[in-house]
Amino acid sequence: MEKLVNVYFFGKKYAVPESLTIMEAMEYAGYQLVRGCGCRNGFCGACSTIYRIAGDRTLRTCLACSTKVEDNMYVATLPFFPLVKAVYDIEKVKPTEQIMMQLYPEIYSCIGCNACTNACTQGLNVMQYIAYAQRGEYEKCAEESFDCVMCGVCSSRCPAEISHPQVAMLARRLNGKYLAPHCDHLDERIQEINNGKYELLLEDLMGKPVSEMKELYNHREIEK
Amino acid sequence: MYHDTFMQESIKKVEAAREANVRLDPRRMTAEEKEVLLKTYHPDYRENQFTELKIGPNKGGEVPVELAELLQGKARITASQVDLSNPDYDVDVLVIGGGGAGASAAIEAHENGTNVMIVTKLRIGDANTMMAEGGIQAADKPGDSPAQHYLDAFGGGHFAAQKDLLYKLVTDAPDAIRWLSELGVEFDKATDGTMITTHGGGTSRKRMHAAKDYSGAEIMRTLRDEVLNRQIPVVDFTAVIELIKDENGKCAGAVLQNMETKELLVAKAKTVVLATGGAGRLHYQGFPTSNHYGATADGLVLAYRAGARLLYPETLQYHPTGAAFPAQIYGALVTEKVRSLGAMLINANGEAFMNPLETRDVSAASIIRECTDRGNGVPTPEGFGIWLDTPMIELKNGEGTIEKRIPAMMRMFGKHGIDIRKEPILIYPTLHYQNGGVKITDDGQTDIENLYAAGEVVGGIHGRNRLMGNSLLDIIVFGRNAGKHASQKAKEVSVGALTLSHIDAFNQELADAGIKIETVSPKLLPDYRRVK
Repeated sequence: MEKLVNVYFFGKKYAVPESLTIMEAMEYAGYQLVRGCGCRNGFCGACSTIYRIAGDRTLRTCLACSTKVEDNMYVATLPFFPLVKAVYDIEKVKPTEQIMMQLYPEIYSCIGCNACTNACTQGLNVMQYIAYAQRGEYEKCAEESFDCVMCGVCSSRCPAEISHPQVAMLARRLNGKYLAPHCDHLDERIQEINNGKYELLLEDLMGKPVSEMKELYNHREIEK
Repeated sequence: MYHDTFMQESIKKVEAAREANVRLDPRRMTAEEKEVLLKTYHPDYRENQFTELKIGPNKGGEVPVELAELLQGKARITASQVDLSNPDYDVDVLVIGGGGAGASAAIEAHENGTNVMIVTKLRIGDANTMMAEGGIQAADKPGDSPAQHYLDAFGGGHFAAQKDLLYKLVTDAPDAIRWLSELGVEFDKATDGTMITTHGGGTSRKRMHAAKDYSGAEIMRTLRDEVLNRQIPVVDFTAVIELIKDENGKCAGAVLQNMETKELLVAKAKTVVLATGGAGRLHYQGFPTSNHYGATADGLVLAYRAGARLLYPETLQYHPTGAAFPAQIYGALVTEKVRSLGAMLINANGEAFMNPLETRDVSAASIIRECTDRGNGVPTPEGFGIWLDTPMIELKNGEGTIEKRIPAMMRMFGKHGIDIRKEPILIYPTLHYQNGGVKITDDGQTDIENLYAAGEVVGGIHGRNRLMGNSLLDIIVFGRNAGKHASQKAKEVSVGALTLSHIDAFNQELADAGIKIETVSPKLLPDYRRVK
């Protein structure tokens, strides 16, 4: 029998095996999850969780799907957090400093407390990427925030009421669309396809019997 | 850190052989070797795990036993239980599913000027798209061509793909990348704009585009943001539990159920796009899965009960590299990109027993053989695993490559005390993808008029096995395609009187065939509560 630890879901005590994640422990305890459960592997940000270990005053944050339970853990889930999402037309915005002032002016109220960074479930330097956004350095903001799963825990801790994940989302789209170097070989290939360059080749392949296709496939050259 | 003695001893062998293994390029298997391997070890060939459907459009065909139970299961409602006369929603295009295909379809339908709504049982973005790591294929480089892409995919899928769909997949691929780029998706590029591309299993050219190892997440969050910018209504935490037809037998909406309050709602629509995704959470044959919590084959059930044929529903993809250790991430996806970047599959004795870039079905079968008959697996709490020698990546590409190219993998194992830059990881096949699904035409329509389908719920695009990077591609190409055609069609449709009579007809068929299954379907969510 595996060792059990005591965890408290919303204040109520359950004894669960120590190897489980918080999410698995809730299910072990009898919860059939609808909210607060998504990809179950750290990519979707559905299972934001806050907790304290009894006797330790530090408030901790994590994703329930990828954090193991601990003895005397007091857990509350945060399955939804009301982030502010500004609506904009990606074709009309431009990667200027003004756009952040216009859409997310609260970022300039950052008091530098670093609570966002301390709370990030992905271990990102959130305050730093907000600083980049303030200065209109969208490429840096995009890179620094890239691993964000938009769980919203940072924003729940922010005294300046910033919706960090949405700020970063805008920065990444601006970077991807306007600032990243343009890909010429992509345009050229699309042009070739539109001009019908591959029609005959493809029709020829589609018309071949399976035996011939097998021959072609099994002997095709593989790029090193 | 590995604390298990066997693992520690085995790692010493892996480390001792690394220098020599790095220089190897194990030969690819011949077509004959692959055929024997698959028949002996691939889960799709375990006959007792499949059963014949007794009713419906695929009557006489084989499907996994777990799927048969749902396809021939009990509807959640009776026809008389729902008042269809006063719909709660009335739209041009109803998109069912909030993943990559659904979002793409909704954006195109909106672009085409129609009134479109998304309904999804969890949140928008809660989908396998979000979890796709490795990349997206497109033949957009000199030295490659759509024809080469076609050949790779057709052969990798055992020459069974529906040709018109595969043609569309490969010829629309570059435009899909352009569309995503223009929405702001950040692909890995060199400073001159050239796409940084790698191989995937079974590709003959390096055409895998990526956004680090968050490729799907980057695409999904961008599409979600675009849906929200366009203010397309998203009815979340609301599942579709039955399709609605009109008196002429055409699809005309859906019965919805609030996942929390259980309230029933009716959505009337001129056309419907089914984009409900896959089935990993059915855990076929007891396999763990890399799939999202909501991947329960709902779309197959909805479409089948309404009379749509399925294509290749008996073919599943087991991703060769699911995490086998530690238990907390058992079954989680370890992206194929790890092998694209040079990590090799190594057995317990330190031997590179196969080429790491065979197609997924062949790789999975080969790993299963290594862990069973050959006895070369590493024992884990859940069974066995094979080493994926990640430190090779830095030996081959230089220090820092892992952090730069596969940060999600580094983080996933790092959370459990394993540094993949210094230590190899244990993997075993995990249930990953539904190769088959609802049959469609090249305009995205199913057997039922005005019911379109896109994404993993569709069957036929990939034949009997899918290549890495062709799924992110297919959800974009066929999601957009379904959105365009469904919205165009909606402009000329006039909906007749709504009916749920197909439920009664299906119940009659069940009774006539003597089937009494108490399981209700669609399943909606798995149940992982402890059975006491």
